Amino acid sequence: MEYFVQQLINGLTLGSIYGLIAIGYTMVYGIIGMINFAHGDIFMIGSFIALATFLILTTVFGFVFLPVVLLIVLIVAMLFTSAWGWTVERLAYRPLRGSFRLAPLITAIGMSIVLQNFVQVTQGARNKPIPPQIQGGITIMEGMTENGRIAVQLSYMQMIIIATTVLLMIGFTLLITKTPLGRAQRACEQDRKMAALLGVNVDRTISLTFVMGAALASVAGLMFLLLYGVIDFYIGFLAGVKAFTAAVLGGIGSLPGAMLGGLLIGLIEVFWSGYFTIEYKDVAAFSILAIVLIFMPSGLLGKPEVEKV
Amino acid sequence: MAAGTPTAPTASNRPQGAQRALEERGDMPPAADHRTSMAGSLRDAATAAFLVFVLGFFFLGVRSDIAPGGLTLTFRWGLLAIAVAIVFGARLLLNIFVFRTARPLTQRMGGAISAQGRAFPNLGKWLGRALFAFAVILPFFFTYFFPGRERQYIDLAILIMTYIMLGWGLNIVVGLAGLLDLGYVAFYAVGAYSFALLAQHFEFIGFWTALPLAGLLAAFWGIILGFPVLRLRGDYLAIVTLAFGEIIRVVLLNWYEFTGGPDGISGIPKPTFFGLEFVRGEGGFADFFGIPFHNIHRFIYLYYIIFILAIITNLVTLRLRKMPVGRAWEALREDEIACRSLGINTTNTKLTAFALGAMFGGFAGSFFATRQGFISPESFTFLESAIILAIVVLGGLGSQIGVVISSIVMIGGIELLRNLGFLSQIFGPNFEPTQYRMLIFGIAMVLIMVWKPRGLVSTREPTAVLKEKKRIGADMVAQGEGH
Repeated sequence: MEYFVQQLINGLTLGSIYGLIAIGYTMVYGIIGMINFAHGDIFMIGSFIALATFLILTTVFGFVFLPVVLLIVLIVAMLFTSAWGWTVERLAYRPLRGSFRLAPLITAIGMSIVLQNFVQVTQGARNKPIPPQIQGGITIMEGMTENGRIAVQLSYMQMIIIATTVLLMIGFTLLITKTPLGRAQRACEQDRKMAALLGVNVDRTISLTFVMGAALASVAGLMFLLLYGVIDFYIGFLAGVKAFTAAVLGGIGSLPGAMLGGLLIGLIEVFWSGYFTIEYKDVAAFSILAIVLIFMPSGLLGKPEVEKV
Repeated sequence: MAAGTPTAPTASNRPQGAQRALEERGDMPPAADHRTSMAGSLRDAATAAFLVFVLGFFFLGVRSDIAPGGLTLTFRWGLLAIAVAIVFGARLLLNIFVFRTARPLTQRMGGAISAQGRAFPNLGKWLGRALFAFAVILPFFFTYFFPGRERQYIDLAILIMTYIMLGWGLNIVVGLAGLLDLGYVAFYAVGAYSFALLAQHFEFIGFWTALPLAGLLAAFWGIILGFPVLRLRGDYLAIVTLAFGEIIRVVLLNWYEFTGGPDGISGIPKPTFFGLEFVRGEGGFADFFGIPFHNIHRFIYLYYIIFILAIITNLVTLRLRKMPVGRAWEALREDEIACRSLGINTTNTKLTAFALGAMFGGFAGSFFATRQGFISPESFTFLESAIILAIVVLGGLGSQIGVVISSIVMIGGIELLRNLGFLSQIFGPNFEPTQYRMLIFGIAMVLIMVWKPRGLVSTREPTAVLKEKKRIGADMVAQGEGH
């Protein structure tokens, strides 16, 4: 039981990270109907920017008060990663809008290769460890097993991750439902041509979608850096595929679905590693992706796609 | 529309932004009134430069490295300044000569090229014949004209030929049947591992006995993996095939007892020439024919094996295109619903495409295993699938000669980087051009796609014609329809 609860907490933490990345996939798919393959690498870019900002703040400026440092890192990472998201859209996707469907997917794969190798060339291929920053936690349950005492720990790190995710999700839902920008986005999602006729600046709205996705991915990147304490240029690929799985599982195009899917994927991965074999945890994620797409292509909360002739 | 004006709509329809260098395209669309003014060009270049400053700040300007006691930072403001300056200058020049003038340089050049293209309508056919003739004599050409470096060149030719074969194999699935497969490398891996494992467990199995078996096994896997994804199309199909490819790789990596895990399998036998091995001394190939032994014989032999395999792939594809199944593939690519209403069995059509594509992938895989003598899951990553797909798409979907051209350009071009040692005199002794290989590959992939979304060879010739044969230019093919 205690083991189960512990794994549940770990799974929710990991799932929050996947969920934040998945939102970027689901929004882009909803609005222009393409898989932004480079989104996982935007997440990686975000975590590298967070790392560099963190190091500059602590070693060059000598800041020591951690909450302020992390807040600055968060804001800087969101801003600079947004610039990357915007640029990727502008360079690789906008020129191909209205082209055949495969074209943007190919440039997305190309962009993914570019981003990975750009970071590898400029930052080196070796991984970047940082010492754990937020330590400690509270014990919420204790129990006895045949192997001795077991305590369920909820670390401060996990609390921060889950709380930040919840806050971002609330803010984000308000953004989509209440603001003119959100309205424009939903309009573009339903019918891009009609939205353009009614005076919505479609290109700008799509750009902002990429910007928002990138900002959320950078938050996930920062959390990943703090949680695991080590990053390299290749983290984007696996995280990206899993987050995409989450988006599909939740129903692509649906924002609550992306978050739900993210949590589910996190839980599945953690429970699989905890109870079965850790080597095959990626196989679990990939198999779920295949199974969901084959048997339930519209996902948990998605709308079924009507095939029009 | 008359055949004489196919270039005009492209130039005006396509959002400008094809030929620009990658970083230089970060600006907002220019306002109409100062479109061609110098001030506008300058402002635009400044915007692009500022964007590069923002993007590069944490990557070019700052670098973190592992040092005792944690990560240390090095600042490289010089590098950042150079990047910003280059982008500013390049963007300004492009603005003045290409984007913001009434008569762009590229339009004139493009016009000249397409005029020539119209003057020689059979250029593709003759280019194909010339390339074929060159490929036949290639090893002797290099041994005769480049003695001493022939091994390097023939090795490169083998590599390019392998990618051509893989590209042709994938072209059946993606180009003809229109099924986007991001996990093609899985079949390549199945072929390589089948041969390696068979050779490891059974002594009598050599390359020539394993080749058909590897092809069969790969085709079998093609059907197994193809079956569940029959209902999927487009992006979803792509992602599921990607997942399958990764599953196979992760299994190869972790099933230590069977596949050797990350250690891979070594000591894979070399191919023999009707039982003759390429070794020095008694009973070898050189001894039998009474010629002096030379290492290069084996490379020339390997080259001809992959050359013949590739040609077989090409011939089979070309023949199949004329048969009902090939016609069905192309119909499926254009419109699946229409295809179904006409009574074509889409299940069988898709499965044959998957199986045939996988079989050629398997052949190429076992050739890869015998050439390397060692395989490990490292060689079968997603990147490999992406490269093969890029070759097919950049060459022009469904175009056989396009695959050849883009293989030579992409693979050969990247290998050229190895010979750029003189650059280290400019950039300092630590400059290693090969580390930029994949970066340049990715940039080329994006640029070619933006420049020519239908691929380098973008005219599509329909196999079935009514009365009169019409060439369909890339611009006439309905955009956004079909696949």
